[in-house]
Amino acid sequence: MPVQVKRLLIVFAVFIGLMIGLKVIFTPESWREYGAYRGYALTEIADKEAKYVQMETCVMCHDSIGELKDQGMHINLQCELCHGPGYIHIEDENVDMLIPEDDQFCVRCHAINAARPQDIIKQIDAEEHSEGEECIMCHNPHQPGL
Amino acid sequence: MDKNETLYEALANLDGYIYPNEIALNWDLLIVMYPYVTGLVAGAFILASLNRVFDIKALRPTYEISLLTALSFMLVATMPLITHLGQPWRFYEMLVTPHLTSAMAIFGFVYLWYLMVVLLLEIWFDYRYDMVIWSQQKKGFMRFVYKVLCLWVFETSPKSRKTDEKIGYFITVVGIPSAFLLHGYVGFIFGSIKANPWWSTVMMPVIFIFSAMVSGIALVMFIYMGVSYLRKQKPDMLALDTIAKYLLYILIIDFTLESLDQIHRIYEADESFDILKILVRGKLFFTFFIMQIGVGVIIPVVTLGIMQFKNPREKIRRIIYWIISICVLVGIFYMRWNVVIGGQLFSKSFYGFTSYKVNLIGGADVWLSVLWFVVPFIILAILLWLLPPWKKAEELED
Amino acid sequence: MVSLLNPLKMVYATKRPKGKGKWYGIGIDIEKCIGCASCARVCKVENNVPNEPFYFRNWVEQYTITNDDEIIVSSPNGGIDGFTQPVPDEEIYKTFFVPKMCNHCAKSPCTQVCPVGASFESPEGIALVDQNYCIGCGYCLQACPYGCRYVDYDKGVIDKCTLCYHRIKKDLDPACMMACPTEARIYGDLNDKKSAISQFIKDNNCAVLKPQLNTESKLFYNDLSQEVH
Repeated sequence: MPVQVKRLLIVFAVFIGLMIGLKVIFTPESWREYGAYRGYALTEIADKEAKYVQMETCVMCHDSIGELKDQGMHINLQCELCHGPGYIHIEDENVDMLIPEDDQFCVRCHAINAARPQDIIKQIDAEEHSEGEECIMCHNPHQPGL
Repeated sequence: MDKNETLYEALANLDGYIYPNEIALNWDLLIVMYPYVTGLVAGAFILASLNRVFDIKALRPTYEISLLTALSFMLVATMPLITHLGQPWRFYEMLVTPHLTSAMAIFGFVYLWYLMVVLLLEIWFDYRYDMVIWSQQKKGFMRFVYKVLCLWVFETSPKSRKTDEKIGYFITVVGIPSAFLLHGYVGFIFGSIKANPWWSTVMMPVIFIFSAMVSGIALVMFIYMGVSYLRKQKPDMLALDTIAKYLLYILIIDFTLESLDQIHRIYEADESFDILKILVRGKLFFTFFIMQIGVGVIIPVVTLGIMQFKNPREKIRRIIYWIISICVLVGIFYMRWNVVIGGQLFSKSFYGFTSYKVNLIGGADVWLSVLWFVVPFIILAILLWLLPPWKKAEELED
Repeated sequence: MVSLLNPLKMVYATKRPKGKGKWYGIGIDIEKCIGCASCARVCKVENNVPNEPFYFRNWVEQYTITNDDEIIVSSPNGGIDGFTQPVPDEEIYKTFFVPKMCNHCAKSPCTQVCPVGASFESPEGIALVDQNYCIGCGYCLQACPYGCRYVDYDKGVIDKCTLCYHRIKKDLDPACMMACPTEARIYGDLNDKKSAISQFIKDNNCAVLKPQLNTESKLFYNDLSQEVH
């Protein structure tokens, strides 16, 4: 074999060896555990903190409000929709949750819009209906029938 | 944050309805540069192979310049991609754990293959004898450099030179499909995205390959004239005329393929056609009709076509070649722009458009793109100083 | 190399488990959606999505078809800023809200095109992004036909709806599912024929978005109109 070809083969052998070595070193450990991805990623994603605690957890302490809500139209509404995420409050109950006073919270769902199905939700024209008053002046947000 | 400013601007310039996540164009100017640069590489190499494999002797003066041009652009080809990545330091993951169902995953390997096995080897075999001679003639540090480049092989016998030629020929033959693979896979990256009807067509890899050849040939024409001018030598007119001839032929093929794609799209007029029609006639009007077709195809084809019948004087021909090569290079750049940027300007909901403004002052993508286009010329200058084609030894008589 | 030899493997994101494994599907009832965008709002808080109006894991669109057959679609800040009617009542022929989110396709194009394997589908059929491995090339963004993915510029990686994988694994519901005041959103195990989602698909005429692309989307809409893309 001509000497230049032999020299080139050595160079390429070294290079390919290097590439294979790098692949072995740098491939993550959990690669191909479940498929063509890092299996450990599933654990990393699952370990993220959940911010909303859901109604069942709120009602464990705030049971009277829970019972009040169960009597009205807002029975299926999550507390945290208006009060914000509860993950800090359940650890340290001195941290206050958001207490909504702005009318925007009610108008989000109840503003009149032709696309909103009439049979699913009551809709009002915000200015006509309330004449400048706040919604909670007349309606209890936990039991709007009152 | 700078990115958010441009996004709010785009938000103000919306047309119709687009998905909220589509307001920001993710594949920007840098991704336009990447197919452009790899296209230049593949095209320049094909011109070199026209001489080596298809035995077109008129192109001999441009053989080494084509190869060195291809090499200088190849060395930079991966940089637009890496600088565009959100996490550039993780780029090695494509080589270590390539996801085999992805066309983009083969990038690292095709790149390495083409660089190491095709370009570097071919240039090495072509210059090996000369590098040995130069390593004997030079002194000091340059002597050491040439010895390293020879890989410490100092054979100078005619038999070894014949071996060099045979192997070089074989590598060029292998290099032609490799060049097609190098740029064809870029076309496949776009052509295989069924979500985007502007990109999703079988013709995309083919169109990319032929437009790459056009741009590469124009680039070599430009560089050959530039290098001759800087060396105060007259360029070989036969070589230039032959390059112009092949430029014309391949330009016609390229235009035919692209027109076929568009005619097919217009005739079938499927679900996406209405929004694409508005796209091409509106936002892409300047870049598509005037720049890509007008400047990039019509002017060169008409001029070169006329020159096939009526050949003007040498001096005028050279001026025409300067202008034509620049027109083609600009036209092919806009072709890449229309594919990459155009494909992101319309919403996948087919209900609206977003906008993209190239931020000439302070836009990182603009400065980087310009950088990655200018650096290869610097590298080429260094390579031409290191491996001057005009100082090579005489060719072996058979 | 095996996947190159078996072309079908190129299309399936992950195999549907036979028997005991879960295979998550999602259902959205357009008849019940009131366009309050609580789902979009809650998702942004739960998943630390940047508050700018360009990044959404899910969002709500309003479709208005006028008497002149004009189709108007709007999604102001994904619906979080509230909807306003684009034309007065008399001119409206048909109008409705459509919530959008990641479809967690079984043959997802986004997982097919990721060059490093950072975009993948979990064994339960939830399309996820490995943000510690993603290089931010944005190929999956281009490949998703539904516009569900966005670039998180602070981290330089891609982000998308994870069906609140971190909540599902703690036996909670995904944030958007629990937030919906009219129970228009359902999710569950498609392998379990008695689950809520399986009943939803059985009781309603469900459709998926862009079925011609064969992404095998697992997001089933009830009452999906043909104007919705």
